[in-house]
Amino acid sequence: MIHSNEAATPQAAENKQAVCTGSEILLKALASEGVEVIFGYPGGAILPTYDEIYKLGMNHILARHEQGAIHAAEGYARITQKPGVCIVTSGPGATNVVTGIADAMMDSLPMVVITGQVATKVIGTDAFQEADMLGITMPITKHNFQIRSIDELAQTVKEAFHIAVSGRPGPVLIDLPKDISEKLGIFDYEEPVHLPGYQPTVKPNKQQIRKLLDKFKEAKRPVLLVGAGVLHAQASEELTAFARKFQIPVAQTLLGLGAFPGEEELHLGMAGMHGTYAANMALHKSDFLINIGSRFDDRLTGALEHFAPEACIAHIDIDPAEIGKNVHVEIPVVGDAKEALAMLLKGSGAIAEHDEWRKQVSDWKRDYPLWFHRDGEVIKPQELIQKLYEHTKGEAIVTTDVGQHQMWTAQHFKFNKPNRWITSGGLGTMGFGFPAAIGAQIAEPELPVLAITGDAGFQMTLQEMSILQELDLPVKIVIVNNASLGMVRQWQQRFHGERYSHSLFPIQPNFAKLAEAYNIKAVKVDKLSMLDEAIAETLAHSGPVLLEVCVAKEENVYPMVCPGTGHHCMEGVEPS
Amino acid sequence: MKRTITVLVNNKSGVLNRMTGLFARRQYNIDSITVGVTENPTISRMTFVVIVDSMENVEQMIKQLHKQVDVLKIKDITDEAIVERELALVRIGATPQQRGEIASLAETFRAQAVDIGKESMTLQITGNNEKIEAFIELVKPYGIQELARTGVTAVNRSSKISTDTSRLTLIN
Repeated sequence: MIHSNEAATPQAAENKQAVCTGSEILLKALASEGVEVIFGYPGGAILPTYDEIYKLGMNHILARHEQGAIHAAEGYARITQKPGVCIVTSGPGATNVVTGIADAMMDSLPMVVITGQVATKVIGTDAFQEADMLGITMPITKHNFQIRSIDELAQTVKEAFHIAVSGRPGPVLIDLPKDISEKLGIFDYEEPVHLPGYQPTVKPNKQQIRKLLDKFKEAKRPVLLVGAGVLHAQASEELTAFARKFQIPVAQTLLGLGAFPGEEELHLGMAGMHGTYAANMALHKSDFLINIGSRFDDRLTGALEHFAPEACIAHIDIDPAEIGKNVHVEIPVVGDAKEALAMLLKGSGAIAEHDEWRKQVSDWKRDYPLWFHRDGEVIKPQELIQKLYEHTKGEAIVTTDVGQHQMWTAQHFKFNKPNRWITSGGLGTMGFGFPAAIGAQIAEPELPVLAITGDAGFQMTLQEMSILQELDLPVKIVIVNNASLGMVRQWQQRFHGERYSHSLFPIQPNFAKLAEAYNIKAVKVDKLSMLDEAIAETLAHSGPVLLEVCVAKEENVYPMVCPGTGHHCMEGVEPS
Repeated sequence: MKRTITVLVNNKSGVLNRMTGLFARRQYNIDSITVGVTENPTISRMTFVVIVDSMENVEQMIKQLHKQVDVLKIKDITDEAIVERELALVRIGATPQQRGEIASLAETFRAQAVDIGKESMTLQITGNNEKIEAFIELVKPYGIQELARTGVTAVNRSSKISTDTSRLTLIN
């Protein structure tokens, strides 16, 4: 091990490499990775790095809570497909990003999180603002590092970025002790990444692809189930071409929305607990189900014993551990979705006749569309979402938290293009949607960004309105205000004898005044006849707007597959 | 069922923690773990004996282990020709009169006396799990004062390596 202070001078002369502090090395490495923006919040242990940010004048977005910073970085990552970078301090700063890291892990978002750490000589002594971030984040990161020596810093950053973006994307954490960020070392970024234990399979096995195509030739009732893996692989085009070529109906997971055009005839909509009748029945009756890049989440499958009971299942996934994890799979294909779809497209063209199946599927779509009942001047949340879609013509990025507003948005906003839909799918994080919208707007300044949140979720991270104010980011916050924890209330109504234990918010803050405090335009609407105008006014304004929409308080999300049941017994299917 | 799984990992601090943490949160039941450095000082070898309900369970466990960046190679060697050994140290009550009897008993198992006190003696035994179980059962009547077991460590035999390649095709 070379001690940097001694070794720096001769080596630097020889390699013409500069002697730098750890902080400089870190920022040079970030620049080498093409990082354009950092989301963060300073604090004691990360101060040397912040000093360097000051000197270099890097684009840094200051959140008002670390959770806001990391969700913004997630939003940025989702839109750009590049790693979101978040820098926070040790201890509480670091623990405040834990939710965002877990969220990114569940939704496979590429992230590099840098946490300050106390100096190496006091690590393990319960020093001031010390938290064991390596231990805390071990189960919620794709990989994590603690820098023990200045000499490994640059290479570690390189490895972190490589791990975050390759294979199945995910969050990587680098814990950087303060003394190391101050030590002198050499910035050497030439060494290639060498990780013998980490070799993701990108190209699928030809035999497995052939097996899939062979089975496909016999399939009478094929269905494609599409998850976020298709979006991560940027394989929407291939997917659309494949579905069109073979005329296969496409069901999407919550996170897969946008991978296949929402307006297409073959589009069945979202499948799962609050999916469409057509998507769920197609899964239930299918004889050949091809899952691409979805992990068969329990919210999607319903009770496993009733899931796709007649189907032979093929599963394409870059993460072999996802294959066979929840559902028995006959044809496993490990690889990147884009590569797999390209190989499938090249495969033989003859397939079994399935006109009857396609007709059945479109009959389901026609007979059992998503529905709601109008109620005078009361605004129904479903109609709000439909109107947002109409007003933007779908040309918008939409983010949400978790809950009723999330499900209504997934159901009623049609996503025709990839990377327009950002939601906390796996972890179901309240407070995610608004800061994620900030990251998305920074990544995509040209598109309108709608942060559709609930009144409860918004209150978890609303302090990030500061960023909107500071940067005059034109994010449109749409609060679907039903004065409750809507989904909790719905479950209490259905499963807990209408005992609304702490889920109703009879007293609400004045959201408009809150917006005013942050110097943000506010619009409030509670009458259906005024809704169009309010939306138009919101979208027309060039800066940020908070649009509060008071909606029907007791509206429920339907249809629904209740826990423990299968897709065939949906409740609240209604029209026919 | 019991499965024996060997894992080659980077010899870095915290790697064992990553493995056991993964086992714990995914509810895989570990029977024993042994860890030691290999002929290459940068690589350690771990031997896990796990108790699982099904082969799907083992497969999932192996796939999850594979996702760890520090894991270099994993093998389920349960059905292969292997040499597996465990070591146990047992201190049992032994009066001077009983020593001879215990010594002959130990000899049958190729166990060795490694310490003798006034009223007790400590025996060392190596072998596979069953042999050790049998030995402990046998010395129980003397009164076991202390017992330490290492857990299983294992390697493939040099010949007759079975080739059941039908399983775990995704990762092997």
